[in-house]
Amino acid sequence: MANLTVNIGKLKLKNPVMVASGTFGYAEEFKDFIDLKKLGAIVTKTITLKPRKGNPGPRTCETPAGMLNSIGLENPGIEGFIAEKLPILKKIGVPAIISIASEGEAGEFVELSRRLDKIKEVSAIELNISCPNIRDKSRLISQDAQATYELVRSVRKVTQKTLITKLSPNVTSIVEIAKAAQAGGSDALSLINTLTGMSIDVRRRRPKIASIVAGLSGPAIKPVAVRMCWEVYKAVDLPIIGMGGIMNTEDALEFLIAGASAVSVGTGNFINPKASVEIIAGLKNYMTKNRINDIKNIVGSLKT
Amino acid sequence: MAYQAKAKILKNSCVGGNYFKMEISCPRVSKSALSGQFVNLKISDRFIPLLRRPISIHNVRGSKIELLYEVVGKGTELLSRKKAGEELDLIGPLGNSFSYVAKRTPILVAGGMGVAPLVFLADKLKKQKPLVLVGAKTKKQILCVKEFEKIGCAVKTATDDGSVGFKGRVTDMLKNLLSTIDYRQLTLYACGPKPMLKAVSVIAKIKNIPAQVSLEEHMACGIGACLGCVVNTKKGMKRVCKEGLVFDSGEIIW
Repeated sequence: MANLTVNIGKLKLKNPVMVASGTFGYAEEFKDFIDLKKLGAIVTKTITLKPRKGNPGPRTCETPAGMLNSIGLENPGIEGFIAEKLPILKKIGVPAIISIASEGEAGEFVELSRRLDKIKEVSAIELNISCPNIRDKSRLISQDAQATYELVRSVRKVTQKTLITKLSPNVTSIVEIAKAAQAGGSDALSLINTLTGMSIDVRRRRPKIASIVAGLSGPAIKPVAVRMCWEVYKAVDLPIIGMGGIMNTEDALEFLIAGASAVSVGTGNFINPKASVEIIAGLKNYMTKNRINDIKNIVGSLKT
Repeated sequence: MAYQAKAKILKNSCVGGNYFKMEISCPRVSKSALSGQFVNLKISDRFIPLLRRPISIHNVRGSKIELLYEVVGKGTELLSRKKAGEELDLIGPLGNSFSYVAKRTPILVAGGMGVAPLVFLADKLKKQKPLVLVGAKTKKQILCVKEFEKIGCAVKTATDDGSVGFKGRVTDMLKNLLSTIDYRQLTLYACGPKPMLKAVSVIAKIKNIPAQVSLEEHMACGIGACLGCVVNTKKGMKRVCKEGLVFDSGEIIW
């Protein structure tokens, strides 16, 4: 029997397949299509301290083998989340990883983490310091090693929960930022958030997304994401949750072989709501066929 | 409850210009489909085009679902080339539905492709003898008049260039109509471009007539997860794909 269990910090997952923040709502949206209990973990849409209305539309557009989005962290705020969404996640019974962010104030991350630390059903916290769709796109925390270090460190002081830091690919050296997150006390890394991009309606000479610059996701970004996982795997001793354009089992395997301990399906959920559970079955098949009894033996197994 | 299912294409043909009508067989989805709902179709197994295409349900007959669509881009172009016998990965039925208002005479207002879901609605409302106003730029874009008449609806048309029916906007035709009849026992249903729906909602407010509008927005997932298609309402941001497509016109902040 193939062993698919993986550890991400203190978190033990029955399999390495999760769903990426912002692509799975708060899970209830997918209950008609898959058995949610099969998932390794569920990462929620990002929560902020206060409710946010998000950005004006159009918020999404299709691009070659990908899509752009600028949702702008629309969410019901921490209180709304606890009242309306957490009970649903609790019922599903799969580890719930709560993604959090703030518009500017780093202090918001601390406040949010302090609240979440007291909630038993919160399995881990993902620090979304890399969302490109906030007002000041020019200075994301995850684009500055020192700021990343300080933020993770201040959150680390208020919670014992597993801390996952989600990094931006829009940097010169992701390894440098990953090291800063590790030094700050992060237990794991999520790689990668969206790449910033633009798309233009040439007939109207207008941006296809109202906020002009948006985040690119989908198969188009997969090679970039795999490369970043591999670079970080070689340089940093933290478990990596790999994501970026995973559509099927083969994509997931690429990330695992490059060094990710787990994977997240993101945009793939939009096209095939069953993608995540199909990948879980696909990984089992792959292991059986190749006589691999522990998924950990695949992680970082790239031959060079 | 929505399903992800395989739908078999029974027919797919051009009905004039860039307009196509597709018949698919998908018993699980057709059984529970309500007027105003849509299906989300995966058009290609490749990554271009990547996203599904949301298409409103034009009508349902037994296990058959009819879709009326316009070729506007790569996705719908590929869809138009599909042949009978091929299969499509479909998610549906999605979204809420039109609600039926008893004891009021329905007026259906369609702009352009907005006729698509209103045929299904007219079919459901046929006992109430709906009046249908169909507007478009020119005669060539006036669709479904015969379908509405077959159902037993009275149909009036309006075109921007006057090539058929009333010359002007369908909402101006509506305004004129309401000035000549007793509108106290009416109810409005509308589908079409956003400016048209806004005009309908203004008229509905002035005359105090209940109105339901079916909105269209860019969608990535179609199932309420991505928050790409939201609309600003008096009760906060609402997902067009989930809390819509149909909204009370007074609820929308235009």
